[in-house]
Amino acid sequence: MAAPSISVSKQRPRTQWIGKLIRQLLFYVLLILLWQGLTALHIWKDYLFPGPLDVWTSLKGFIQDGSLLIAITVSLRRLLMGYIISLVLGLILGLLIGSNRYVEETLGSLVLGLQALPSVCWIPIALLWFGLHEQAMIFVVVMGALFSITLGVDAGIKNTPPVYIKAARNMGSRGLALSLQVILPAALPSILTGLKQGWTFAWRSLMAAELIYITVSLGGLLEGGRDLGDISQVFAIMIVLVIIGVIIDATIFAPLERTVRKRWGLSH
Amino acid sequence: MSQSTVNSIRDIEAYSEDKASPLAGVNSLQIEGVSKTFADGGRIVEALRPVDLSIAAGEFVCLLGPSGCGKSTLLNIVAGLDKPSSGKITANGKAVHGPSTDRILLFQEAALFPWLDVQRNVEFGLQQAGVPAKRRKEIAHHFIETVNLKGFERSYPHQLSGGMKQRAAIARALAIDPAILLMDEPFGALDAFTRDHLQDEVESIWAATHKTILFVTHNVREAVALGDRVIVFAPRPGRVIRDFRIDLPRSRSLEDHKLVDKAAEILDALKSEMQLQEQEQKNGSTIH
Repeated sequence: MAAPSISVSKQRPRTQWIGKLIRQLLFYVLLILLWQGLTALHIWKDYLFPGPLDVWTSLKGFIQDGSLLIAITVSLRRLLMGYIISLVLGLILGLLIGSNRYVEETLGSLVLGLQALPSVCWIPIALLWFGLHEQAMIFVVVMGALFSITLGVDAGIKNTPPVYIKAARNMGSRGLALSLQVILPAALPSILTGLKQGWTFAWRSLMAAELIYITVSLGGLLEGGRDLGDISQVFAIMIVLVIIGVIIDATIFAPLERTVRKRWGLSH
Repeated sequence: MSQSTVNSIRDIEAYSEDKASPLAGVNSLQIEGVSKTFADGGRIVEALRPVDLSIAAGEFVCLLGPSGCGKSTLLNIVAGLDKPSSGKITANGKAVHGPSTDRILLFQEAALFPWLDVQRNVEFGLQQAGVPAKRRKEIAHHFIETVNLKGFERSYPHQLSGGMKQRAAIARALAIDPAILLMDEPFGALDAFTRDHLQDEVESIWAATHKTILFVTHNVREAVALGDRVIVFAPRPGRVIRDFRIDLPRSRSLEDHKLVDKAAEILDALKSEMQLQEQEQKNGSTIH
């Protein structure tokens, strides 16, 4: 027979990507210029609204004395540890809720309730249970991320296209093999949504916790800026927080989501 | 399924073939009084009225009918993925109580696993059966070649066209070596050219492997081109109305006038049955 027709999907042209980068860069340059312009007009007092140069000086100071690097390391370590714990627990809980009706009716309703609870609300409990320790921070991160991840796994399992399960059962797959080799990968797009939401909640709750419990951390530096009345420091750390958020999304979640959505045939 | 049961089935087949003329006496599939009714919001729906069918090993049987006639329901019941409301199915001498690798169902949407490449999709059933990796690879390789997908082993389903997906799904089914292939409108979503092409391929695979094939379609010509038998279903309630035997020599051309005549005959039978039914319903509503 003739050679089979090929429909290998093409890569997006590189120029499109560069165009987007240029537009974004231009936007931020304009934003900084606007910011500088506003500062030059002295509408607000300098100790309330710093100019980009003041903020840069402040940021440079933290970079040079190494405190920024230490703060980032401390905060990201907490985030990572808490996130890994919630990932493992969330997968287990989600699988249980998604695959058993009784667990869903009971534990599922509780998870749904706790998901609606703002994760900042866990800080008092964390401080009473663990005191001013690392564990308190990690506990808050776990409580922030866990329920989103659990619900993502649960939703993914419930939305598994029945045809995959039919085909797998027909080919002799059952029990744990069916769960791990078919249902879980089929649920991946939905799980990823949960993972992404879980990370944003984890990040937010960590910052909230670090504002209360002053250590050398990003939240600590932010709160330190308030204590010293140093508005440039506050601005500088906030910009760092935004950049970290963007980097984590752009390097981890966005590529993962793109790959999965494409391979699972959810986008082209 | 354990190796011993596989062997015992083969023994039974071999034994019966000795007694009777090859193929003729061996019933690969016995469908006795199988029906399906379900409740849909308080209304009772007769998806399939009791069906009796006897299908010989190696027979190519097309189940033909418009949508809602119960042909796919029957196929799912034969696959063991759906339970009948009544009746019983015997496949290769064994009562059907659930899905089994001796009856593999192929779906219109191919149902390849998107997270596995073609090679690993084809290996899936073998992996479930605990076939060692090396052997798995060889078998998958062989069937990927059979369906003309060589060179696409490392492609993912989203990179394949509709026809190629169906080919991969056929390879995945063949790798498990089922006695019976159940095909649920496998080419329903394909364009006419790809469809013709795949029909030829299925026919040659069937001729080479002697598998029993139940092929669901709503395309009359496709049914006549492929089937040894065409079993015609009518809808609401789903039921079997005729069982045509197609004696045309293979391989059949869709343009052959004998084939076209046969298709017309089958279509007439289906149309008159449906008109009769409409008439009855009209009469029924005027009387009451």
